Order: sequence, then structure tokens, then C-alpha cells
Amino acid sequence: MARKRPEPVEVVKARRENALSALVEAVPFIQFLGVEFDRRGDELTGVLPFRDDLIGNPLLPALHGGVVASFLEITSIVTLSWHYLWEDIESGAFDPVKAAGGQLPRLPKTIDFTVDYLRSGLPRDGYARATVSRAGRRYASVHVEAWQDHRHKLFAQATGHFLMPPPEPSE
Amino acid sequence: MANRTQLAKQFIEAIPHAQALGMVLDDIGDGTATFSMPYDARLVGDPATGVIHGGAVSALMDTCCGAAVMSHPDAPGGTATIDLRIDYMRAAQPGQRIVTTAICHRMTRSVAFVRATAWDDDRDRPVATATGAFTVEGR
Repeated sequence: MARKRPEPVEVVKARRENALSALVEAVPFIQFLGVEFDRRGDELTGVLPFRDDLIGNPLLPALHGGVVASFLEITSIVTLSWHYLWEDIESGAFDPVKAAGGQLPRLPKTIDFTVDYLRSGLPRDGYARATVSRAGRRYASVHVEAWQDHRHKLFAQATGHFLMPPPEPSE
Repeated sequence: MANRTQLAKQFIEAIPHAQALGMVLDDIGDGTATFSMPYDARLVGDPATGVIHGGAVSALMDTCCGAAVMSHPDAPGGTATIDLRIDYMRAAQPGQRIVTTAICHRMTRSVAFVRATAWDDDRDRPVATATGAFTVEGR
């Protein structure tokens, strides 16, 4: 049996990039904080470019604890949604144009979120990567780590539980 | 006391990120604090429903907890969040202001323990609760 020819790399990349930007740009709060995502295959890294209005302690200065929590929660939800939507993105069932117009698929909802503040956030860019520890049909557990200059010197980590969206009725 | 509240209000509302979110200090004293934040379309986390993102609620509750620690009679010289857990009980109603009250219920030489609750207009059903531990610095 002849093997199906792999798709051209540009087609694959464009499809994934369009899906990711649709997901990220549709959420006002992600834009408000200025969080961006780097993608390598299916691996996402949240990026928080530093801005003065992210400061919580002007004397140190340090990032606001709420900014750190928000960044970690955003990275968790986007990563969880990304994995949950992956097959639909690859099959073309996920429509980035509809998503960008606000018609996003239902997103996971946070049940609880616990942040460990390991050291103060410096006034510079931050990075975060989330791991989906368990993705069940109804509940998911996600762990997320954030760092600034050194990947192994975390400034915060968090664990959260999420309620997965009910399955969409098939059309 | 009124003077101290005024001072705390000016200090906290001037924090760049508190200002960005439009946080207001409504009341503070003796280890408790109350803050609120107006509904703002820029803070929406779910465009389908218009519900505010959990992160913005976290920021409000974190600030409120820190202020409760600083207003405790045995207040430290400074404080920082060690950990903060937020439970999201329900989505806040779009268009409504979020109000949160925190209480520093235990202060040791090195750790302050804090609880907080957040509501929208329906004061019978909390939107979120928080539990946190904070550092006690430079007393």
C-alpha cells in the first residue's frame, strides 16, 4: 500500500500557528498582560515580556504576585486547551477564523490554583511551561513552572485543577 | 486611624499593577482589608461568556491578603507571598464589581496566615476563596 505523502512543512506550521494565535488573541486578559507563546512542535512556552505596569513592589522592584499567578494560570489554560484541541487542529476540525472571531471552542475552567512564590520576580521577561499531569474527561491536573534568566532557577511554580468542557454535540 | 487608612490607600492604589487593574482599597485595619475592582472588558478570560479571568481575581486577592498582613497589630516591616491557593466557586457575573475581604488570622514570628473571600453583587454566594501564607520581614 502506498504511503500518503507527508504534507509540506509550511502547511503544517501555518495551521498550528494560526490555531495558536487564534486561541491566544481571542482572550482579552492574555492581551492585557501581553503574554505570548513560543511553539516548538506541540510544546508551548509562555513568554511574559516585562512592562512597568506589571510591578507590584516599586521599591525592590518586583513583579506583582498577581501578575505571576495570572501568567502561570494563562500558561496552564492555554497549554491544557492546546493539548485538548490538538487532534481537531491537526484534522482541520478547529477553525482558526471562527475562533479569532470570538467563536472559540469551550475552554477548561479553573477549579483551584495554588501558587508557590519561590523568589521575587525581577523586572525582566519571564517564561513558563506547563505539564498536563492528568487529562481526564471531566477533570485535569496541571503543573506549571516559571523562570527568568536560568531555566533551572524557578521564581514560581503552581498546580491547578481544571474542569474540562462538556463534549460538543456532533454536528 | 482614618489617617492610616488614607495613607495605606494612597500607597496601595499607587502600585503600578494595582492601578492597571483599577483596584480600590475600601477598608483596612487590625489585620483585615477590603478591596474591590470594577468590571473591565480588558480583563475577560472567556470571550464566550464575558467572565473575568481567574488571574485578575488572583491579583486582587493577593493584594488584599498582603494588605491584611500589613495592617495586623503585630505588623511586620514587610511581607511577601509564600503561597496562595485560590478556589473558584463560580464565575463572577459579567458587569459586576468584585469585592474581596481578607483576614490575617494568625501571625507568628516568621509567618502570617491569611484567608480571603471574594463576591460579586450576590453576597450570599462567594465567587472565590483564598488561603495564603506570607513572610514576616524586618520587624
